Order: sequence, then C-alpha cells, then structure tokens
Amino acid sequence: MSATVDTHVHDDHDVHHHKETFVTKYIFSQDHKMIAKQYLITGVIVMGIIGILMSLLMRIQLAWPEKPNALFEALLGKWAPGGVMDADIYLALVTIHGTIMVFFVLTAGLSGTFSNLLIPLQIGARDMASGFLNMISYWLFFISCVIMIASFFVEAGPAAAGWTIYPPLSALPLAQGGSGMGMTLWLVSMAIFIASSLLGSLNYIVTVINLRTKGMSMTRLPLTIWAFFVTAIIGVISFPVLLSAALLLIMDRSFGTSFFLSDIFIQGEVLHYQGGSPVLFEHLFWFLGHPEVYIVLLPALGITSEIIATNSRKPIFGYRAMVASILAIAFLSTIVWGHHMFISGMNPFLGSVFTFTTLLIAIPSAVKAFNYITTLWKGNLQMNPAMLFSIGLVSTFITGGLTGIILGDSALDINVHDTYFVVAHFHLVMGISALYGVFAGVYHWFPRMFGRMMNKNLGYLHFWVTAICAYGVFFPMHFIGMAGLPRRYYTNSNFPLFDDTTNAQVVITMFALVGGLVQLVFLYNFFMSIFYGKKAEQNPWKSNTLEWTAPVKHIHGNWPGKIPHVYRWSYDYSKPGHDEDFVPQNVPMKEGEEELHH
Amino acid sequence: MTALLTVLIVLFVAVALWQMVKIFDLAQVGASNTQIADDKDNRINGYLMLGFLVFIYAITIVSFIYLGDLPLVSNSASEHGPEIDNLLIISLVVIFIVQIVTQFLLHYFAYKYKGEKGKKALFYADNNTLEAVWTGIPVIVLAGLIIYGLFTWNDIMTIDEESDPMVVELYAQQFNWKARYGGDDNVLGKANVRLIDLDKANILGVDEADPNAQDDVIVTELHLPVGKPVLFKMRSQDVLHSAYMPHFRAQMNCVPGMVTQFAFTPTVTTEEMRQNPDIQDKVKYINELRVERQAEIEEAGQDLLYEFDYLLLCNKICGKSHYNMQMKIVVETQEEFDAWMKEQTTFANSLLN
Repeated sequence: MSATVDTHVHDDHDVHHHKETFVTKYIFSQDHKMIAKQYLITGVIVMGIIGILMSLLMRIQLAWPEKPNALFEALLGKWAPGGVMDADIYLALVTIHGTIMVFFVLTAGLSGTFSNLLIPLQIGARDMASGFLNMISYWLFFISCVIMIASFFVEAGPAAAGWTIYPPLSALPLAQGGSGMGMTLWLVSMAIFIASSLLGSLNYIVTVINLRTKGMSMTRLPLTIWAFFVTAIIGVISFPVLLSAALLLIMDRSFGTSFFLSDIFIQGEVLHYQGGSPVLFEHLFWFLGHPEVYIVLLPALGITSEIIATNSRKPIFGYRAMVASILAIAFLSTIVWGHHMFISGMNPFLGSVFTFTTLLIAIPSAVKAFNYITTLWKGNLQMNPAMLFSIGLVSTFITGGLTGIILGDSALDINVHDTYFVVAHFHLVMGISALYGVFAGVYHWFPRMFGRMMNKNLGYLHFWVTAICAYGVFFPMHFIGMAGLPRRYYTNSNFPLFDDTTNAQVVITMFALVGGLVQLVFLYNFFMSIFYGKKAEQNPWKSNTLEWTAPVKHIHGNWPGKIPHVYRWSYDYSKPGHDEDFVPQNVPMKEGEEELHH
Repeated sequence: MTALLTVLIVLFVAVALWQMVKIFDLAQVGASNTQIADDKDNRINGYLMLGFLVFIYAITIVSFIYLGDLPLVSNSASEHGPEIDNLLIISLVVIFIVQIVTQFLLHYFAYKYKGEKGKKALFYADNNTLEAVWTGIPVIVLAGLIIYGLFTWNDIMTIDEESDPMVVELYAQQFNWKARYGGDDNVLGKANVRLIDLDKANILGVDEADPNAQDDVIVTELHLPVGKPVLFKMRSQDVLHSAYMPHFRAQMNCVPGMVTQFAFTPTVTTEEMRQNPDIQDKVKYINELRVERQAEIEEAGQDLLYEFDYLLLCNKICGKSHYNMQMKIVVETQEEFDAWMKEQTTFANSLLN
C-alpha cells in the first residue's frame, strides 16, 4: 500500500448551515450535488431532447427525401417551405446535432453530472475543491447552451459546416448561409463552453488529488473516479487546442488574417487570403477531436465498471489492468488524431504513423471488454435497469469498436472515409455507448440524487426497446456505408447509384423513430419518480462505495459529523469470510484479512 | 422486396409492442415491488439477454441477405483495388469472428449467471495469465493487420513516376467538377485561382502565358483509357471538397491553396462493367425500384431507367448542394479515348478574346 495522503483536514469544516435562500440553494448553488442535478437537467435532459429530435428530423428526410411533412413545417418553419426540408437546414441539423450530442450532452452533461455528484461522495470529501469555480463552470455552460440554441433564430440560420467546422466552408459567409452570424454564435458558444469545461476539469483533478479521505489511496479509488480523473486530464490537455483553433478561425473570419485560408475564388471574386492552410485547422481540431471521443467514453466506462461490479456481486476483474488501460487509452488518444486525416492531403508517411498508433488503441480497449465479460462470469447478476444499460454498453462498445480496426487502417480508410460506415461506427462506439453510460448512471444513482427510486419495469421497457432500436438503426448503416454512400448528403435520390439503399433507409428511420419515442418512457419515469417514486433506502444496491454511507437526505458537507475513513478497495463483493456479499469501503479489515487485489 | 421489408418492420414493431405489453403487465403485478430487481426480474431479463443475442445475429444475417453485395468489397475497377478488397475482407472476417464470440460470451454469461437469492458470486479479482492472454492475442492479430495495412497503404500512395502516368487535374468548386488534361505534352500548365478571368472564360485560372498550358484540355466528363496509369492532381477554388471514386477505391481531399494527388490505373471499361453479372443484377434491381416510383422520378426530370456509370462524388461537406456534386467517369479503350480527346477544344482555343 502506497503512502496514504492524510487529507482529513476538512473534517472539522464548518458543518453548521448557512442560511440558504432559494437562489443560493437552487440557482447559484455551490453544492456539488445540486450542480450535478443542474448539469443533468440542462445538459442531459434538455439538450439531449433537442439533439435527439434533430436526428429524427434528419432520419425522416433521409427515408422520404423532399417529401412534404407536417412535422418539418411545424418545427422548422421558414426552413421547410410547404413542409419540404431545405438542404441548408439539413446541414445545419447535421452540424448542431453533432455539436450538441458530442459536447453538450456527452461531455458536459455526462461529466458534469457524474463527476460532480460522485467525485466528492466517492472519495469522501465535503465538496469540490472550489465550489465557487464549480458554480461558475455550470453557469458558463448554461450560457453556451443558450447561445448555441439562439443560433437557430438568426436570419441566415445556424452553423452548417458540420460539427468539425472545417474552413474555408466555416470561414466564408459567401460559401454558406450558416457561416455568417450562425457560425459566429457557434464559435462564441464553444469558446465559453471550453472555459466552462476547463474550470470543471481543473476542479475535478484538484479534488481527486487533494481531498481523498483518510485511507483512500489512489489504488483504492473506485474505477468511476479513475475514469473521471483521467477524463479531466485529457480535457485540460486537449480542449485549449480547440479554443486556439476557434480563436484563430475567429481572426480569419473577422479580422482578415489567413491562418487557415489561401487562394480562394468564390462567387466571382478572388479573396485576399494567402498562405494559410485548412489542413492546419484539421490538425488543431482533431488534436481535441479525437481525445474528445475518450472524454465522452471513459466516464461511461467508469460508470459501467462500477455498476457491473456492484450488480454482479463480484469484484471488477483485473482492477490494475483496468486502471492501466484507462491510462493507456488516455495517452494513446492524444497521438492518434491523424487518422481522421488520412486523405486530407497530409504526407502519406504520417498516415502510416497514425495507422500504427490508432490500431494500438484497440489493445487496451480489448482488455477492458474482456475484463467486463469476465466480471460477469460466475457472478450473481442483479438485472437492475442500470445493469442492463451497462451490459448494453459493453455490447455496443464491442460492435462499434471493432469496425474501428477498418477505419483506423489508412489503406482501408481511403475507401470508407466519410461514408455511412463511419457514421455507424462512431454512433455505436461513442454515441450509443456513452448514452447507455448516462442512462446506467441515472438509474443507478437516482436514489442518491433524488432520494427516491425509479420504476424498474419502465426501466426495462426503456432498455429493451432502446437496445433493439440502436442496433436496428446502426447495424444496417454499416452496409449502406459499404455501398459507398457518403454521409452528410441531404438526399441521394438525384442520381440512381445508391437507389438500392432506399429501403434500408426507411427501415433505419423506423427504428430511429421507435427508439426516439421510447425515450419518452424514460422522461416520464424520471420526472414522475422525482416526485412520486418510492422512497429510497440508504444503500439500495448494496454497494461498497462511500456515497451510500451518506444520509439519503442531502446535507451540505455530505456527512453529518466525521467523514468516514477507508480501509479497503471498493470491490470487496462476495468476499470469502464475510456474511454479507458486500463489504463497504469504510468497514475496517478483520484481523488477518488481506487486501487480495494487491 | 418492399412487401418483405414491410413485413419485417411490422414484425419488429409487433415484437416491441409485445414486450411493452408484457412489461406493463409486470408493472401491474409489482404494485408493491421494491424497484430493485428480484429473482423473477433476473430470470426474465436473463432470457431476454439470450433473445437479444439472437436478435444481434439475426440482424447481421438479414443485413447480409438484403445489403450484402458490398460494392466497396467487390468488383473493383482499378489495379490496386483487389489489394484493398483483400485487406478489407480479411479485416471483416477477423471482426466478425471476434464479434460473434464476444457477443455470445457477454450475453450468454448475462443469462447463465442471472442472480438468485442466496447464491453467492465467485470472488475472482485477478488472473495475470488470463490478462496476458487477452492482451497478447490482440497484439498479434493487430500487428498482422497493421503490417499488411501499411504495406498496402505504401503501395497505393507511392506514385511511380517511371510508369509515365497520364496527368489529370481534378478541379472542384461549389458545386461541380472539372477535369483538365495535360494535352499532347502531358504537362499541366501552371494555374492559380488569382488568374481566373471569367470574361475570357478562363474559369480554372490557368496561366495563359505558360506554353505548357496551351494544349491543356478542360472537360466536364472524365474519360480515362483502360490500363493506363493516371496521376490525379486535385485543386479546389473555394472550400474543401473530396474527390471520391468508390469503384476505383480512390479518394483524396481537394484543398484550396494546395495541390493534392492520388494515382491509380483503371482496369475495367465502363462497357465491360455493364456486362458484369453482379452489376447487371444491381442495375436490374434498381430499375425495378425506379419503375415503382415512376411518376415521382419523371416529375423530377430524371431518366427513368438507370444504366451503370462510374461516378466521381464529392465526399467532404461543401455547402448546400454538396449532395448533388458528381461527375461521370468513362473508362474506355485507348482508341476510343484518343478519338474522344481529338474532339475536345484546347485551352488556347477555348479562350474568348
């Protein structure tokens, strides 16, 4: 056991309550539990609904291209004259759907909710290192959400250059309506978002390093915390690079510089830009963009590790290998960005290097998948909704991850780059997987957040229909990609080459619509349970981690009296020599008992 | 076909509905339940896990039956095409084996070890041998794929100047393609968008003073002689585009401010490809579908019946009509190509004064 940092200096923190008003308790709260709920409602629920709704609009357009649709007319207004979706707004939907899902829902929503809720509670801290920065972080996030949504209401429409906003398309209002005011708002929103994300990440890192309770060494941390911690580090390393790319793009757009632009003739005129390169932007973007995949995925995997172990009533298999693979993935994630750029015009030799590093990432990923499966082996699986979503996550992580072997291989990428094969791949491996992580987390920690239980049967309904629809949507999509159909096409009905995929498009849209509708079951369950759910016991899932030792009713400072001390790792489930099948971390070792995982 | 698909959809919806009803039934029964899974939940969901495994296999099989002709893996039309196709097929086989086995283990374990009251799980925290095995196996498999992939990549991307390739410029703009041939000297004249002069119809910005430019030929339909190596030089005048020629397993971005390149040798003429039984089946199927939608297609002003042609597609989001930015590619014999080329106007003659 390495040296345990004695961090109980906060034990005698002022536990006496300040007089709280409605504003300090619910709006400008500095309490991590309240901020977690704020992130959940804003990031996951509200932005999630908007993001998913956009995807359904796109699916309807793809299945029945250029057909009038009352839904379009109602929701898109002037961009769907006569109910026929405009091609520009299709690209705007592609762009904002991607931006919202990747950044707002699965970065801020996921990390914001669960890092905030769980880091202090699972490491035994009274709150985040800085409650004030935490509050600022949330409100910056809120402002960036408002700006992003507001971009739908500007004259020429929101940004429509794809979520990757490659210049020159994103830099020139002449190239596309959405590259005017809409893109300005996108960039401003993202700059604020990045500031929010950095404040949050710094807070998580500092809290994990400094505020662990007595006995909580790094090797006793639950894997959730390891995942959140490493995710925050990746965020701090890579998000500033996107900020710099955004700032340089703002300079090019508004102040006439030429960082990313050169030799452009558009709408009958030669522009003054000279000497810049869009490829530079691609490098900067993907230096964040690829680690971003893991910023989205690692917290979901952390949540899954915790939930699978708890509900299998078994220790997570290979704790040290799990930590090592998180670290390996984090490291490798920062040196693989070039696999998004094999055919961007960069030197083919670079392509070789990035193929090598990219395929290496499959190794720690495979280790994680195998370890999850082994954790299930000879377990006593409690099929709670959270468990189902976690098993579902492992399933989509495998299915989606495997096709990465094709996309990461430069020679094969020539052919499938930017086809629907890519869309299928990343939606399964990061979109659906991370979303399952969010759902698993909500079902599992709902009692911790709201003191009530969610309805399990509605949870089962939600999982099974979602699981079927997720595969129904994205599995056939690989095959459409293998037919060579490019992504981001408003319709492919203007030329007959891909006509044989039209039926598949309809089937996919059907699955998407059912899958979208069933999320209403979740929303109903979520909101009804907040008010009418069965009252939760203190430790409903019989879990080992510290958050379940705190009282059901939230109090400022988390624990009345002393913070519990920790004597063991968090995975002593079904340990021989104990009567119960779980031994919480704050239970001292019996005489002669060994910590088996070291 | 459509009828079958409809039946399938109805079937899936029915299954979904059946599940919903079943679960709502459970909700009734469990009025006093704890909201924590009990033995019955574990059992039902355990069986559903098995069912889901079957569903994953089923959707794989159904996808292969209806969409399994995989045009990106079969009937390539370039010299390096089969190399990519082989690598892709090997990768796909590896992926499918791993997918089938791991999904089986995951869902089967979820079923097999479903919880029961009073049962105790095995305390099994670590096993270095197992860890080494499943680190080692991916290392070996991936090493093989990486090496094979890198050789293929190098082979494709190394441009063999010795083979005396025909030089063709692909020029992208919102929202169409042009191709420029080097002419008799096979050398492209210098060009820059700053030299574009619309009044003189110099639309690609070719340097009018460059002697190499005089015999250049600019066209809107790409013709290639079969069996002759072609070196493509890509340019864009406005935003990023990507020249995607799926049948030739070729793609390269067109980047404003720089020239990118890609080379391949077409091996199958358009006419030969039209005679290919796979392609004929595909065309026949597409035409059946098109006849069903006759009114709609004619209203859109398209030809009703489809005849196979190679296409160059834009594959990088480039604005409103991105989806509608193609150029027809015709691969033909050297004689046909020469005859076609003879009819084209050279750059010098195409300028307006």
